[in-house]
Amino acid sequence: MKLTGAQIFVECLLKEGIDTIFGYPGGAVLPIYDALYNAPLRHILVRHEQGAVHMADGYARATGRPGVVLVTSGPGATNTVTGIATAYMDSIPVVVFTGQVPTALIGNDAFQEADIVGITRPCTKHNYLVKDVKDIAKVIKEAFHIALTGRPGPVLVDLPKDILNAQTEFKYPEKVDLRSYQPTYEGHPGQVKRALDTILASKRPVIYAGGGVLLSGASNELKSFAEKLGIPVTLTLMGLGSFPGTHPLFLGMLGMHGTYTANMSVTNTDCLIAIGSRFDDRVTGKVDEFAPYAKIIHIDIDPTSISKNVRVDVPIVGDVKFVLKEILKGLTESKRKKDTLSEWHEQVKKWKDTHKLSYKQNDKIKPQYVIEKIYELTKGDAIITTEVGQNQMWAAQFYLYDSPRQFLTSGGLGTMGYGFPAAIGAQVAFPHKTVIDIAGDGSIQMNIQELATAVQYKLPVKVAILNNRFLGMVRQWQEFFYEKRYSYTCMDAAPDFVKLAEAYGAVGLRAEKPEEVVPVIKEALKVNKPVLMDFRVDREEDVYPMVPAGQPLNKMLLV
Amino acid sequence: MRHIVSVLVDNEFGVLSRVAGLFSGRGFNIESLCVAETIDPKVSRMTIVTTGDDQIIEQITKHLNKLINVIKVSDLTAEDHIERELAMIKVNVGEKDRAEILSIIDIFRAKVVDVSPKTYTIEMTGDGEKVNAIIELLKPFGIKEIARTGKIALARSQKTK
Ligand SMILES: Cc1ncc(C[n+]2csc(CCOP(=O)(O)OP(=O)(O)O)c2C)c(N)n1
Repeated sequence: MKLTGAQIFVECLLKEGIDTIFGYPGGAVLPIYDALYNAPLRHILVRHEQGAVHMADGYARATGRPGVVLVTSGPGATNTVTGIATAYMDSIPVVVFTGQVPTALIGNDAFQEADIVGITRPCTKHNYLVKDVKDIAKVIKEAFHIALTGRPGPVLVDLPKDILNAQTEFKYPEKVDLRSYQPTYEGHPGQVKRALDTILASKRPVIYAGGGVLLSGASNELKSFAEKLGIPVTLTLMGLGSFPGTHPLFLGMLGMHGTYTANMSVTNTDCLIAIGSRFDDRVTGKVDEFAPYAKIIHIDIDPTSISKNVRVDVPIVGDVKFVLKEILKGLTESKRKKDTLSEWHEQVKKWKDTHKLSYKQNDKIKPQYVIEKIYELTKGDAIITTEVGQNQMWAAQFYLYDSPRQFLTSGGLGTMGYGFPAAIGAQVAFPHKTVIDIAGDGSIQMNIQELATAVQYKLPVKVAILNNRFLGMVRQWQEFFYEKRYSYTCMDAAPDFVKLAEAYGAVGLRAEKPEEVVPVIKEALKVNKPVLMDFRVDREEDVYPMVPAGQPLNKMLLV
Repeated sequence: MRHIVSVLVDNEFGVLSRVAGLFSGRGFNIESLCVAETIDPKVSRMTIVTTGDDQIIEQITKHLNKLINVIKVSDLTAEDHIERELAMIKVNVGEKDRAEILSIIDIFRAKVVDVSPKTYTIEMTGDGEKVNAIIELLKPFGIKEIARTGKIALARSQKTK
């Protein structure tokens, strides 16, 4: 039987097991929207295409399954770019389908034409312009394969309108045949052996794990590995949740706003085991003085991440889960006496005991306090998303994440406006879980329009706005490094978030004094509707510790 | 250091811009780049001359490998290889210079491929240094135009049986 390109598109998604699309229609994708009219697929109609991509991204991070986006050509396509770049930096499997003008018009500056394949080439893992209806099925199969395998990432497929209307036989390919794309999953056995020897010979080892552990689904392996040898673990922002935040071996996050213990441990370790992490500059501080005494072992599926900015002694290219399993196999507990690390553990404990994360309570609402209370009242069990800025760092520090895929944040690109739509995406995937976006008053205004989406689909996401009426993180830098010259970081004309929520048909709550914080959170958790919580926090609270950019990790500014 | 990187890629539209975009986006140099189809029409070979220290060259080859359309990357600099460049040089020929120019052409085993009353167009193939050398020798006569390919290169076959 012959199908149109649009019908083939729908059939392919069903074959891939997709049940949800985040999208926004327009002229070029009308054939697909017509095919969707009766299709057994859930379509979430967003309010802005950037929101659609962040939702698909949040859905993917929360579930591990690919997020799917459908938008029209031209402005619909260009509106997705920030979302795509966000997913690209954090290696999130999102597949974006864009409509395109008919093939005969491509290159003619046709109405709503944009060269979206050209525009997104540097921020997708791969992208396609389909030029023949016969290729649609193959391209879609490849797109999902590429998005999900190896180091995951976003893939864009551009679909000209005439291709969507043309007809052909539909046959979904059984498997993908890409001779030029063969990710390495198995680590080199010789390197695994060398890594083991290095680890067993060390006296002050530290595991520094990142988002790769989550992407590879290797949290259990990471835990067994750390516990078997008693190795302390620090996580990057992207890695939070991959090792339990309440575990005695957990040191907290490292880097610019990392804990004292994590940064000191990394500075003093003699064996740094980097697992699915990529030595980002926000993590390393001054690269030359990063882990100066350490032999460095680096396990990563992406060869380009290895020896990119830090020299590595034992590189292992491979899937984190696979390699950790191999390492575990090579480990018999007898190989190392239990007490070999006792001095190191004592040192770490001393750092921990003397430098807990803290803040000074006064008569105002402290943003950290709000997060502590959210943690308590959700029993540590909520899915937390964040915006970008101080809110993001406090959410990373004061909520302890025990499960993978529980903390969703834009780490690599640092996209303000990410958290709210990502929370909606996560809520779509888990309708019965508590999903909370920890936001700043600046960031939340970047995709606030998606409140209408949450209301329309009865998605009870909660937003905790830490409202300081500043672009807080930028203000903090101005305070520290520009003599408090608060140049254009004061947002005095914020909307009344309570009224705003109500205008959208959501619930708005406000806390102005510390004692109002708990009742507001309790109320928000009780209502089965989207809620904006407006916490009027101490305006000039700063995030500590802080390693000034370009300084080594042990040069922290402390509370 | 200078490296010649030979890259086999899918012969598809857009692949050249993926490769060029990778170099510009990550701040890698391209000194020259040549592309043409191989014996398999689905595959093209790109010969890229680039510069960088070992760490940069390692990143370049890894990143090239990461592109979905790249089939194989080899750094020929490390291997025994043959490299060639082609130049077409249009040079002024005055009455009295003719003999001297022809003798230069002869020495370099170049060829005259087009003649007009006042110019010769010379085809010169060789490694980059030879091409540079003939250009230097012809300069005094007045070079009107030059078209130069970048380098192309292949690894030498093993000589043993
Ligand atoms: C789209 C975007 N634009 C600009 C920035 C730069 N930036 C980083 S943090 C920040 C301030 C964020 O303010 P707010 O959302 O109020 O959060 P706070 O830091 O006060 O918690 C800005 C402007 C960014 N990260 N993303």
